[in-house]
Amino acid sequence: MTEVTPDKETRGGEPPPASPPPASPPDNGWRKEYWSRNLRLMVILLAIWFIVSFGFGILLVEPLNEIVIAGFPLGFWFAQQGSIYVFVILILVYAKMMDRLDSQFGVDEQENQEAGK
Amino acid sequence: MSQIQTWTLIFIVASFSVYLYIAWRSRVKETAGFYVAGQGIPTIANGAAVAADWMSAASFISMAGLIAFLGSDGTIYLMGWTGGYVLLALLIAPYLRKWGKFTVPEFVGDRYSETVRTIAAVAAIIISFTYVVGQMRGGGIVFSRFLKLDVTQGVILAAVIIGLYAVLGGMKGITWTQVAQYTVLITAYLIPAIAVAQQMTGIPIPQVSFGQILAELDAISIEMGLNQYTEAFAARPQIDVFLVTMALMIGTAGLPHVIVRFYTTKSVRGARYSAFWALFFIALLYTTAPAVGAFTKLNLLQDVNGISANALPSWIDNWAATGLVTVSDGAQTINSVSNSPTSGADLIVNNDILVLASPEIAGLPAPIVGLVAAGGMAAAMSTAAGLLLVISSSFSHDLYFRRVKRDSTDKQRLLAGRIAMGLAVLISIYAGINPPAFVAQVVAFAFGLAAASFFPAIVLGIFWKRCNATGAAAGMVTGMAFTATYMIYTLPVFGTAANPHIFDISPEGIGTIGAIVNFVVTIVVSKMTAPPSDEIVEMVENIRYPSARREVTAGTAAD
Repeated sequence: MTEVTPDKETRGGEPPPASPPPASPPDNGWRKEYWSRNLRLMVILLAIWFIVSFGFGILLVEPLNEIVIAGFPLGFWFAQQGSIYVFVILILVYAKMMDRLDSQFGVDEQENQEAGK
Repeated sequence: MSQIQTWTLIFIVASFSVYLYIAWRSRVKETAGFYVAGQGIPTIANGAAVAADWMSAASFISMAGLIAFLGSDGTIYLMGWTGGYVLLALLIAPYLRKWGKFTVPEFVGDRYSETVRTIAAVAAIIISFTYVVGQMRGGGIVFSRFLKLDVTQGVILAAVIIGLYAVLGGMKGITWTQVAQYTVLITAYLIPAIAVAQQMTGIPIPQVSFGQILAELDAISIEMGLNQYTEAFAARPQIDVFLVTMALMIGTAGLPHVIVRFYTTKSVRGARYSAFWALFFIALLYTTAPAVGAFTKLNLLQDVNGISANALPSWIDNWAATGLVTVSDGAQTINSVSNSPTSGADLIVNNDILVLASPEIAGLPAPIVGLVAAGGMAAAMSTAAGLLLVISSSFSHDLYFRRVKRDSTDKQRLLAGRIAMGLAVLISIYAGINPPAFVAQVVAFAFGLAAASFFPAIVLGIFWKRCNATGAAAGMVTGMAFTATYMIYTLPVFGTAANPHIFDISPEGIGTIGAIVNFVVTIVVSKMTAPPSDEIVEMVENIRYPSARREVTAGTAAD
């Protein structure tokens, strides 16, 4: 096989290496904590994603259109401009927050420090 | 040869030479290079490549025109084709990169079973193929208008060049070519948009300045028998706008040719930042498109409103030759404009020409018109190349070597990948010259099917360990069958009658319901059958953490 080796075989094997029962390895605590913090961040960001696009851009577009700023009815602006700006920012915030979370838990990719820049 | 033709030729020859040179520099000798560029693409470059791959002939050529005629409801495309990247970045890309192999069917194969892998490979080929046909057609339109070439010759020329560098360089060649193509297409999109914005409002930032003409555009639209431009839900009911936007978003996050691009980054962190850069580069075009739509529509309406039919501006004659603009026979003066051939309006304008014609409509100089033509070609070619790669890898890697010949050498695999690619090019040339009548509707199929099949299977595969193969297979099959049935029920394809929409839901929006059906079926069936094996649970556990844990200062992680 010449396939690209998945990370877990080269450096990802979690201690202890001799195939632990997956449900209760001794280091389960940090894993749960890391994962639940990841999920919390994800849910917050997805809530913003939904409110800005489906909320302001579609469900509330008509009342928001009563407000006009710089020629743009506000609902129309969210639907055609604002939501897209927010999407870009959400992904950047996610990447930055995950960088912090990874290094806090020591699971950041050491060999690839230059890769993100 | 007119001035516009000369400049178009210069830009197209120059940009094509650059693409071929890059492809020659990055030719590959191994399957890892061919399928995932050796996982060595820098983050920003990968972002630009994803953007070029994603933005097709439809985004570049058709979207602003569609928005111009849909008005406020054009948001279905603007939000639908960008919002999916948030889902991709948060729910899919980093995890699939950590798992790190070659294709999307390969992930569902490892996570669930070989049967699911085969279903996924076939779905990936169908979805990608419907897309390629549209790209070849888009390239053909550019050639026929600007170089006065036959559409057939245009399609063959574009396909041969794409085929050359895709077969030679695989993913590596395609990625670096796409970086160049992104540069060409974004320049070609922004320069005329900035010029038009400056000309019409005195502010050279189209995103900001198109607000100033909206009131004027609303007024003239009503005068000429069209909907008020900024009025929401004039073109589609609210529930349908909601469902179509959602279907396009989750369809985006489930499209194999988009997901596979995150396999090419150097790390999990690189995959997250690639998603950011990709959406950033896409947003440059997507926030400009509604401005181009509004400016061009106002220009067009003012150009023709109340003008007598034999004194129309020259761009109408140029485009009438392609059959994409028609002046109604009985019209003396132009008092109504529409994009629908059956509307009976005095002037019928096809959506597809608004971007390509916008420099001419605004009276911009010939070199800019030529640049836009090269940009349209770049958009069509970059997307087609990415799709051909998915077709080739799904066929050779997931079907042929899994199902037929398992003991092959690297050389044989690479050769098979190249042969599959060559065949895909030939078939797409044929389909581009003789496009099936239902191409436009087929795009709705692609998104709806991707939304109802891949997205739930992948997301549940990552976030729910209890999800098993029986559940995933049942969910994918039910989701796809449900979606396809409603599409065939409402669209006149395959010779069936078009039935009215149920609850105002259009066939483009049904993918959302299909995805919900898929989620529910997968969860219920998984719960009723045995849980997956320990190895699979361990695999899912492993893709959730970017790398092995190293020693950290005591207390930081445990708090």
